[in-house]
Order: sequence, then C-alpha cells, then structure tokens
Amino acid sequence: MTAGTFTPAPGRAPMRAILKSQIRMELVLTARRGEAVVLAMGVPLLVLLGAGLTEATNVPSDDRLGFVVPGVLALTVMSTAFTGQAITTGYERSYGVLKRLGASPLTRPGLLFAKTAAILCLVGVQILALALVGVAVGWRPGLAHLLPAVGVTVLATAAYCGFALVIASLLRPETVTAGATLIYVLMLAAGGIMFAAPDLGTAGWFLLPLAAHAEALRDTLTDGTAVPGNIWLSLALWAAVALTLAARKFRWE
Amino acid sequence: MPENAVDVRDVVVTYGEVTAVDAVSLSVPRGSILALLGNNGAGKTSLLQVCEGFRSPAGGSVRVLGLDPIADHDALMPRLGIMLQSGGVYPWATAGEILRLFASYSARPLDVDMLLDRLGLRKFARTRFRRLSGGEQQRLSLAVALVGRPELVFLDEPTAGMDVGARQTTWELVESLRADGVTVLLTTHLLDEAESLADHVVIMDNGVVAATGTPAELTAAAGIDLLQVRADPGLPVADLAGRLDAKVTEDAPGEYAIAGALSTDALAAVLAWFAARDAQVTSVNSRRRTLEDVYLALTASGGVVR
Repeated sequence: MTAGTFTPAPGRAPMRAILKSQIRMELVLTARRGEAVVLAMGVPLLVLLGAGLTEATNVPSDDRLGFVVPGVLALTVMSTAFTGQAITTGYERSYGVLKRLGASPLTRPGLLFAKTAAILCLVGVQILALALVGVAVGWRPGLAHLLPAVGVTVLATAAYCGFALVIASLLRPETVTAGATLIYVLMLAAGGIMFAAPDLGTAGWFLLPLAAHAEALRDTLTDGTAVPGNIWLSLALWAAVALTLAARKFRWE
Repeated sequence: MPENAVDVRDVVVTYGEVTAVDAVSLSVPRGSILALLGNNGAGKTSLLQVCEGFRSPAGGSVRVLGLDPIADHDALMPRLGIMLQSGGVYPWATAGEILRLFASYSARPLDVDMLLDRLGLRKFARTRFRRLSGGEQQRLSLAVALVGRPELVFLDEPTAGMDVGARQTTWELVESLRADGVTVLLTTHLLDEAESLADHVVIMDNGVVAATGTPAELTAAAGIDLLQVRADPGLPVADLAGRLDAKVTEDAPGEYAIAGALSTDALAAVLAWFAARDAQVTSVNSRRRTLEDVYLALTASGGVVR
C-alpha cells in the first residue's frame, strides 16, 4: 500500500521548537492587541513624563526622576504581568483556546512556560524602553546593584503572573477585565509611583507589592544601596502564595 | 497493538444530578469510521469528551489507542487529532498562523498550504479567525485536527454550520482519511452524514445506546416496507390485501402501493397475484427502510426499550 496524504505519522516536535513557536505566537498576539500595549506602555510613559518632569505631583524626594522612574518600571511589570496577563488569559479560556491547547502536543507545562517566557520578554523590552526614555530626560541610574534589581523584578513578575492566572480562572472574562483594571488603577494611586505610598511602615511592603518593588528599584538603581530584607521577604511571599494558588486553582476550561 | 482504536466500557458521565451518559459501551476498529448519531443532548459530546480526556467518567473505563486519556495524556495527544464543536482558536490570529502553530507542534506535519487548499481555505490564510464565517471556522478546526498526521481523529459535529459544498468537501476528506488508514470517531445529528460516511453507527438517545450496527444492518433488519407496482387498472385490491399482512391501495389508475413488512414470500405472492389476473406489470419499485425511519422509530419518546 502506498502512503497516502493522510497516512498517520504522528509524533511530537522537539520541545524547543514547540516552545519557540508558541512564545512567538504569544508575542505576536500581544503586539496585535493595541489597547493592551498602550495600557502596558502608554500609561507608565505618561506617568514618567508627567510626574518626572513637572511639578504635577508631590514626590517625597528632591530627585524627582530618581523617585518616579523606578516606580514607573515597577508599574510596567505589574501592568504587563498582572493586568495584561489576566485579561488575555481570561478571554483565552472563554474562547476555548486553553482547552484546545491543553489537548495538543504542546503540554500544559509547555504552555505555562511559553506564557511566562513571553511575559518576561515583554517586561524586559518594556523596562529597557522606559529606562532609556528616563535616561534621555535626565535619570542617572547606578548599575552596581543591577543583579538584585533584576532579582526582585523576576519575583514580582512571578507573583503578578500567578495572581493573573488565579483571577482568570475564577471569574468571567468581563469581570476579570474590570477587576484587573481597577486593581491597576488603585495600585497606580496607592503604590508609591506618582506620590508617596501611604505610610504604613514595614507592613506597607507586605500589603502593597507594587510599592515594595518600586522601593527596591529606587534603592538599587537610584540610590545604589542593597534591597532591604523585608522587601525580599515580601516579594518572595507574594510570589510563593500566588504560584501556589495558581497551581491549585488554574482551570483550563 | 490493540485491535480497536477506541474501547469504551460502561461509561457513565454525570453533571450533578443529571446523568448524561448512562453505561455506554462501544469500540472503534482501527482504520474505520464510527458515527455517534443522536439528537442534541443525547450524550454524544459528553462521551467524546471522555475519550479526549477532557472529562473523567463517573463510571466505566476508556482506552484510546491502548492508553488512558487522562493518565497518559502527554503520550496520547501527539497521536490524536481533535476537532472541538466550536472555538478553541485565538480569535486574533490568522487562519495561516493558527495552522502553522499547530503544525509546529508535530514532528512530521502535513504541508500547511496543501491542507488549506484541500479545505478551500487558501484565500483566507491571512484572514483573522474572528472574521471567518462559521463554516470557514469549522473547516479550519478540521485542518488543525489533521495537520499533525494523527492515527485517530475525534470530530465533534464536523459539518455543523457548513454549506452544501463545504459539507461535500469535508465528507470526501473524511473518506480519504479512512482510505489512508486513519481511524475516525465523529458525532453528528445528520442522518445522511452517518449513512454515507460511517462503517459503524451508534445511535444514542437520552444517554444510552439505542441501536448499533453498520448502516446496512440497521436498515436491512426491517427489509422492504413498500412495493409500488404499475399494472392494468381496476384490479380488486381488497383481495390482495386479504392474502397479505399489508395495506394495498390503488393510488392512481394502475398504480398500486403495497405497504408493510414484506418478506420474500410476500413479494413473490404479490407478483403471482398480478400474473394470475393476466395483468401486465410494467414497473416495480421497492423501498427499503432508511436510517431515518430506524432513527425516528428508536428516538421517538418511549421508543427505546431500557
């Protein structure tokens, strides 16, 4: 019998090739949703220029850019890894995309890895772009503590991604969109980005991960000092709780 | 290698208090097409979801290509092609991007352009999924199911929403799958789809198997149920009816209809009766029970013997 067009020849492609094309698809689709990109980049950019260059807000520092730019970088991480990820995943679930991908050679760990890798790519590009804008308008970061800055950013990204997947699993996509946007706006106001965060002492680091992350970036990049132990602890706890919840609650249908 | 691609034994699926599938057993021999036929709500999709590993059964067991659809999920998926009833695709990706993405998951995928051509989708390669019509989306979902060159495909209502031409194309495609050795398990509520495509038909009604067999077996059991004879007009039909367990009418002058379960002896008696009256028979038509008759009889309320 000669082989026909559809003669079975099943097999999984090498995982590297699968992940490469899946990450590419995640990035292409993100770029295609203009409003998500604007939300992720546009708002932080406006905050950077508005609060960094004008006296529009009172910042608790003489070095306006030194206060605002690290905060804006932290805000971008939250906007992409939490708000953007939650909205996208909520809709993918309601469209049945996750279900379909769950039943493909991709495998579930593969999909989660691709999603996280795509988010890290995006966060990296966005931080670099906004930092360059900051430098262009006069921010002078020190790079001696770059590694801990990257470390807290990875922890923050993990925490945001985890919570994004949890709320995308628990709520309807419309509710996810509204909720994730509301949290974004609240954190923008209370997270110590444009003006000082509420003075809650150390407890503030544990209640407001955005404020903790922003402070850690200020310490490392602007002031050239180490990240306080409580901030490491706070972000590590947030990440652990978020990822544990995500592993338990994440639904594919 | 197990003889059957799919083995379902006494599977039960429940949603809370509702039992959607009640102790269903079936098997799909390798290289054949099995159609699960039934009304909406008959339990077809629930059963398919158990086979696909999306749902764990409340009872019974399922083996797909000799594997457990849930426990052996990762080993099984590269060998299966799955077409969902709707959705399952990124709305903002183009048809070409989607098919290439799924092709990239497989070691030896089909040629994407060839598949787009076979399904009449080439001109939509750059069209985003959400802009495709329902029938075009269905064809793309079918392409996605096939692109990895699977051994076994699950098609849930594959031609729903398709126009006549697309339906024909899809049927031809499913027949070439079988010709090339692919096993197909499909659900449908279209009788002609089941009758023309399937090697085996399982009729489901209210979560149970109402009948099973080849289309020929399902329809042949009842034999001929109508004989139309054209002969000289005005013959005494009551006399013929008296000799048979059948209803005889002269619908138009010289056009006789003999309706009932007609055995071979009965057919011979009918023609002998015309011969005995020196009537010249100019035409004889017989009508066999169709799958539709069988289906309607089985799925009519109370028609299923539990």
